[in-house]
Amino acid sequence: MPYIARRIAAMIPALLGVIVCIFLITRVLPGDPARTFAGEQAAPSVVEQVRREMGLDRPIWEQFFRYVGDLLRGDLGFSWHTGRTVVEEFATRLPATIELSLAALVLALLIGVPIGIISATRRDRPIDHVSRVLSLVGASMPLFWLGLMVIYLFYGQLGWQPAPLGRIDSGLNPPTSITGLYVVDSLLTGDLAALRSSLAHLIWPAMVLATGSTAIIARMTRSAMLEVIDQDYIRTARSKGLPPLTVIGKHALKNAAPVTMTVVGLQFGQLLGGAVITETIFTWPGLGSYVTDAVLATDYAPVQAFTLLAAVVYLVVNLLVDLFNGVLDPRTTHA
Amino acid sequence: MPEPTTLARTRPTTAWRLLLRNRIAVVGLVFVALWTLGALVVPLSPYGAAETGAGPLLSPPGADHLFGTDNFGRDILTRVLAGGRVSLWTGLLAVGISLVIGVPLGGLAGFLGGRFGNVVMRVMDVLLAFPPLVLAMAIAASLGAGMTSAMVAVGIVGIPEFARIMYSQTVSLRERDFVDAGHAIGLPRMTIFARHVVPNAFAPILVRATLGMGYAILTAASLSFIGLGAQPPLAEWGVMISDGRGYIISGEWWMTTFPGIAIATSILGFNLLGDGLRDVLDPRLRTSR
Repeated sequence: MPYIARRIAAMIPALLGVIVCIFLITRVLPGDPARTFAGEQAAPSVVEQVRREMGLDRPIWEQFFRYVGDLLRGDLGFSWHTGRTVVEEFATRLPATIELSLAALVLALLIGVPIGIISATRRDRPIDHVSRVLSLVGASMPLFWLGLMVIYLFYGQLGWQPAPLGRIDSGLNPPTSITGLYVVDSLLTGDLAALRSSLAHLIWPAMVLATGSTAIIARMTRSAMLEVIDQDYIRTARSKGLPPLTVIGKHALKNAAPVTMTVVGLQFGQLLGGAVITETIFTWPGLGSYVTDAVLATDYAPVQAFTLLAAVVYLVVNLLVDLFNGVLDPRTTHA
Repeated sequence: MPEPTTLARTRPTTAWRLLLRNRIAVVGLVFVALWTLGALVVPLSPYGAAETGAGPLLSPPGADHLFGTDNFGRDILTRVLAGGRVSLWTGLLAVGISLVIGVPLGGLAGFLGGRFGNVVMRVMDVLLAFPPLVLAMAIAASLGAGMTSAMVAVGIVGIPEFARIMYSQTVSLRERDFVDAGHAIGLPRMTIFARHVVPNAFAPILVRATLGMGYAILTAASLSFIGLGAQPPLAEWGVMISDGRGYIISGEWWMTTFPGIAIATSILGFNLLGDGLRDVLDPRLRTSR
């Protein structure tokens, strides 16, 4: 079987495992969804009725097949605190989360990779120590606190940041929707006012969300670069008289890239977890803020749906990373 | 003869001395010791952690209240120290859950191998596909909001990491001469596993447990911040930051700043200590040269 087909086929049992896990979490853990749904004070008869209506009185395997059937029909459940289906809610909010996560990922790469390279090429010099300490601190930073401090400083005190409410100034119309990403759409439609406003709204939460990933990407890039930098072909390239930037950029980085890409793939899941927190703090109208609202309203169908989505995204992104690495380094496809 | 795979197994005092010579580890150790000490001295504070009106409402840091007071006039320093007690316990118990389930699972999977080992490790891979915070949210939500739910959720989420480390350790230890020797003298398999394999995998597990403390404190505080963990009025760092959220723009920075610094330094402490332990216990495990 070709490599791509093999990798896609290998994803199916993982996907099934993910679905079983989420099902077990909701139905087997000692919590009682019917009780939660009906409320703590509800009479036992009411709880019983809710249980019947939710199908929780059926045998466990029957519930499982019903759940899988619902998923196959694209039914992720009903969000009773907003009165709409979870799929509808997700569809309207997904672009905001994609925009924020992608922006954070781009920032993390733009900052993390150069820091890692500089650190590796100036190993054990002061700049290496500074960047290593910074990346340790960055990885230890609680996002929800960092976000609040950014708002306190850059909005509350300095006034550099627009009010942390939404994706664009409330006085402006969002750009015509093409991709759903405001920054991209306003670029495509040439709407400069919308572009400026949406960038100003995006950059702060994106920086906060990127902190942890930047730190880890810098760290992994550094150690990947250190692995290759001592090798013979790098010495050959240097002794041929190639300029240092060419040696680092074309020879070393290309061989360190698969490691960095793998970390990026793993970070994607972290970003989705971080998005929950970041969106809540910046009232960013994406999936994350919706899920925390749902949690506070003890509306758990969206939480489960988000969990499923996050795992699926993780599996798909890591598949893409493997395929990309396969192109970059064909040896990895023979493992 | 068990080969001395780690310094910790054979010469604990040497390992300890090496640890103290490692600057990074010492900084970490200081942070951890500071918060532990803080948790112990809570009763010495003139104020109660839940005492409303211990001072004027929302007074900035000053002589009477070093970290200021919150919107109920509670002393923030006392609450931060008491929060450390909650966080350290939560971390310890959560890591305990991951350890007690993950180590035997991964160890047996590696030691026995075969179909059992395969199934266990595939299940662990599936759990690793979930972003940790998201999975913890789903579990805590199912269990119902509360500190115990948060702790259990964080504990469950940590299981696959321990299982994976233990698995790879056991797979390599299984081939060692001392295991063959055990079989040769007729020791039961489980005795070899419990008495000879598990102790030799001690070093990486200790490193992971230390790093895991930081992660557990962070995740539990995040859950509390969202509303799935500790509930107000409990003095817990995530709850305190959530309480202070409404006072950020009006300028009462101290309500969120101090619990935030507490979370950051305690996590940093465990991360540094974990990194230092890794360097000392097993130089081969170092991620950064």
